[in-house]
Amino acid sequence: MTNDNQVSVLDDKKAEQYLTFQLADESYGVEILKVQEIRGWEPVRDIPNTPRFIKGALNLRGAIVPVVDLRERFGMPVVEYTPITVVIVLCVNNEDGAHIIGVVADTVSDVLDIKLSDIKKSPDLGAKIDTRYMRGMYVYKQRMVMLLDADKLLNPAEFEGLGKVA
Amino acid sequence: MSIDMAQFHQVFFEESFEGLDIMESGLLNLDMGDVDAEDINTIFRAAHSIKGGSGTFGFTAVSDFTHILETLLDEMRDGRRKVTQPAVNVLLGSVDCLREMLTAIQNESAVDNASVAEHKLALEIELKGGALLTSPHAEPAAIAKINTAISLNEQGWAITFCPHVDLLKTGNDPVRMFRELSTLGELEIIVDLRGLPDFYDYNPEECHLSWQLNLLGQVNIEAIEDIFDWVEGNCDMSIQSLADKAAKVAQLSAVDLVDDSVNPDEGVSPAIQLAAVETAKSTKEESKAAAKGSSSIRVDTSKIDTLINMVGELVITQSMLSLVGEHFELGKLDQLKSGLAQLERHTRELQESVMNIRMLPISFVFSRFPRLTHDLSTKLGKKIELKLVGENTEVDKTVVELISDPLVHLVRNSLDHGIEMPADRIAAGKPEMGTVTLEAYHRGGNIVIEVRDDGKGLDKHKLKTKAIEKGLIEKDAILTDKQIFELIFMPGFSTAEQVTDVSGRGVGMDVVRRNIQALGGNIELISELGKGSTIAIHLPLTLAILDGQSVAVGDETFIVPLGSIIESINVTDKMVNRVAGKGETFRLRGDYLPIVRMHEIFDVKSAKAEKLTDGLMVVVEGQGTRYGLFVDDLLGQQQVVIKSLEANYRRVEGVSGATILGDGSVALILDIPGLVRLSNQ
Repeated sequence: MTNDNQVSVLDDKKAEQYLTFQLADESYGVEILKVQEIRGWEPVRDIPNTPRFIKGALNLRGAIVPVVDLRERFGMPVVEYTPITVVIVLCVNNEDGAHIIGVVADTVSDVLDIKLSDIKKSPDLGAKIDTRYMRGMYVYKQRMVMLLDADKLLNPAEFEGLGKVA
Repeated sequence: MSIDMAQFHQVFFEESFEGLDIMESGLLNLDMGDVDAEDINTIFRAAHSIKGGSGTFGFTAVSDFTHILETLLDEMRDGRRKVTQPAVNVLLGSVDCLREMLTAIQNESAVDNASVAEHKLALEIELKGGALLTSPHAEPAAIAKINTAISLNEQGWAITFCPHVDLLKTGNDPVRMFRELSTLGELEIIVDLRGLPDFYDYNPEECHLSWQLNLLGQVNIEAIEDIFDWVEGNCDMSIQSLADKAAKVAQLSAVDLVDDSVNPDEGVSPAIQLAAVETAKSTKEESKAAAKGSSSIRVDTSKIDTLINMVGELVITQSMLSLVGEHFELGKLDQLKSGLAQLERHTRELQESVMNIRMLPISFVFSRFPRLTHDLSTKLGKKIELKLVGENTEVDKTVVELISDPLVHLVRNSLDHGIEMPADRIAAGKPEMGTVTLEAYHRGGNIVIEVRDDGKGLDKHKLKTKAIEKGLIEKDAILTDKQIFELIFMPGFSTAEQVTDVSGRGVGMDVVRRNIQALGGNIELISELGKGSTIAIHLPLTLAILDGQSVAVGDETFIVPLGSIIESINVTDKMVNRVAGKGETFRLRGDYLPIVRMHEIFDVKSAKAEKLTDGLMVVVEGQGTRYGLFVDDLLGQQQVVIKSLEANYRRVEGVSGATILGDGSVALILDIPGLVRLSNQ
């Protein structure tokens, strides 16, 4: 067992809850404490001159919330949005304070209790895949769930340089 | 039960700062020749409440300081002391000092004790009537000498009061006696604790304390004796004239004097002063938990009452509507309609009154300028009159807060560079007294603040030469008057021949302009050589609501601030010109205006109008430039609530914010000057 990353012996028994969702055939998870709500997809307003993965702005009871398509963010093939396409509204924290950001996912699947000791360190996947946004991996029913670090993944200050302007 | 006093600190600070402002403006308005007692009274009352408040909250340093200030004011109020310009200057200085002390306490930082002591000394010297000291930074020895001199002139009595142990049993309370004494004059009390027994031997019914009392002021010795009449048999006491005592002190060796000077505010023993510092320190630590910099606003009660009424009405309408909705049938349609109409009216009224709460009169900003003018004109040796016009014009609180610094800069500039020296003015055939006018008024949805002076104005040629020198413009550039005056707002531009500590370092006007633009406003300057300059700042009334025109570009809806729209026209092919096949312009009444195609710069794929003749040209103006914004269609005018895009995302070029339309969807508000920058890239 490694002592680095977020995994330590003391946290052995401690569990965190993760909300898992699907993108294509892959499972991803985010800390449930970051999730504000889950909404069905509805058309959003384009924000001009922003990276392609920013789908637009959503009116969340008066707050203007940007919506990020995670498929596009991860460079996965784009699909048509269906009635089961969801927007997971997350509250992320970074150096500029708290931001509310929506992410588009194919479907939400489960809420998992994950013991910190069961989280595996994400392997080094080479230069092709950036693992900075990963908290680790978890195996659930023989399937791999990628646990995302929402704070790092959804940092508006970093959007600029990513995925050239649409 | 203990009450957490820290929760009231914020209110105390606010009230105190308000009080200081009142004192300041009162002092500045004092007319030396003919002083109105009521003016002094106002100043006195303000000082008194600060003293009371600071005492309550344990800010001893502040209350001690204010006490001296108050004594001086009291004498002026009673007509025992003449109001002189030097005295007023000392008072103004101490107002500043108090403000610094309070700010330091509020920020939980250290109070500058040296400066406090200096001001205290200046006040005391003024109080003692000996205006010997010219510089507050006198040598310690000199201070000591002056101190002695003061003491010699002092009117008052030194009372040594050593009650016997059984004083309390006779029903006499020293505290009550001291209180009585303090009505006769200013009372300084030094308590001697040396007689106190150990805690275990202590009997609370016995009195082991003795006091040294200094009563300042012209007091009859009989009056003092009257007070001590009842305890005469139960104590040892002596009453000595302070003048005699001071004479004795003066005979003491010089070493003692220097010792004394370390602690200039004589009369308060070092131990007590130390205690005061301790207290201030512990209070500071206590208040650390208190919220810092929470912003608050003082609102007229009547405004709140209106608001409550409005909410009441709203609730009634709501219950009426839900009643209609419960068993709805077509016959009730009229009822529903009238209900909805009512709801609309109430909502609008509610919105207006809520906005009203955020509105403050611009005098909050203007009020600091009389002082600035007073100080600066003395420093620069100029005669300047400041006129304030339209102080009651109301603006949004945020605007009030943010406009203050740029305005200070502009007024300083006018005072320093604008107005000439008195001799020059007479030579130019102008009245000796220069005038700077600060005026605020509403125009359309904007508030306009003007800073006008009748000084020397700006020399266009000098400005141009300077700009060429600094490489800001090309040597042979042809500029209109307006463009020349614009130069002054460019970074790194200053025409002051001499850099004074007031202004002229060339970091200024560009910052001022940037600040004002950040508020969504603009600034322009008009000047005539020899006659003066006028700087006008245009600001939106509020930063929260905007009158907007919604325009359609394909499926997208954008909001154009109504204030920046000049007109909307259909262009014909004849009007359009292309420069090098790219840059498009169109002719409007003799002017050639650039065209910004919305669908191109925002990459809207669904745009319907490709040809310029198919869509509409909205002629807009932003920061002095006019251009045509090409859109598909105009939709409608409406008031929109400005929502920040940055709160959850970040700044987007060409967009100043977002809003929510009636159908719940989001629309972006266009940043007119930003769009030009975007299209130029």
